[in-house]
Amino acid sequence: MPKVEIRSESCKSCGYCVKFCPKQVLAIGDKVNSKGYEYAAAVKPEACIGCKMCGVVCPDAAIEVYK
Amino acid sequence: MEKIYARTKGLRPDVVSGFCPGCMHSTVIKLIGEVLEEMNQMDNAVAVLGIGCCGLHMEYMSYDNVTAPHGRACAVATGIKRANSKSLVYTYQGDGDFASIGLGESVSAANRGENITVIFINNGIYGMTGGQMAPTTLLGMKASTAPKGRIAEEHGYPMHMCEILNQLTAPYYLERTSCNTPQNVLKTRKAIKKAFQNQLDGKGFSMVEIVTSCPTNWGLDTMKSLDYLNEKMLTEYPLGVIRDNG
Repeated sequence: MPKVEIRSESCKSCGYCVKFCPKQVLAIGDKVNSKGYEYAAAVKPEACIGCKMCGVVCPDAAIEVYK
Repeated sequence: MEKIYARTKGLRPDVVSGFCPGCMHSTVIKLIGEVLEEMNQMDNAVAVLGIGCCGLHMEYMSYDNVTAPHGRACAVATGIKRANSKSLVYTYQGDGDFASIGLGESVSAANRGENITVIFINNGIYGMTGGQMAPTTLLGMKASTAPKGRIAEEHGYPMHMCEILNQLTAPYYLERTSCNTPQNVLKTRKAIKKAFQNQLDGKGFSMVEIVTSCPTNWGLDTMKSLDYLNEKMLTEYPLGVIRDNG
């Protein structure tokens, strides 16, 4: 099953991955990283289809995708 | 389980970029890293960075780079390329650097058909310098030096660098892309790869102009800046291949 992995320390909470995920897998979470950003998290990991759109659009290379 | 999308080796593994949230400078440098990795050119590449936000890449990228005096990146890249023609030399410049302060160097390098690649980031405003009006600022767009917005009678009109360089005979490849959607990010990646390949094939001057957002200096959050980019910037700066002699 495809899986997204978010490097929480690199995330800046811009929300592009949330906007462009076709299956609404991701959302901005309520946990905060050391820089003070509420980082993105997979809230519906089972819905991931491994399309990589989140990784492609992430400015900070914070997302890695497995399939 | 196989990793199908990994962080490129073109970025240092544990460094977080210094860019603001939602800034597409970091998207572009990620793409450049991916392309260099794919083309196996990481050890051969030299980045010539402009002044401004571009300089934040120094700590972030994992291959050779040099920062040129403000606006002079194309001149510095010319020197490096002529001294070592086997290197893959590209300049990375914003609109203040490429289109304003460095206009002379930029147009001259294009006019000579120097065998270099220019990655030109157009976000319509000066970034790190303090949000001043750039030559590419849209009419009506507010900047710290145009608090009422750009007025044509006072400040002139937005400059379209791809179209200006298209008047010259020498440039080989000019394309305008954006990073507003995953599809356009992939198109930008393709354009960067093509521009680098042109240089390796000795074809001459290639430029990819990438229309991006600047949430901080536009005074918008990331989602609203994306809307502004889609509605205003891309209307003024339509995407597409302006010239491809290949």
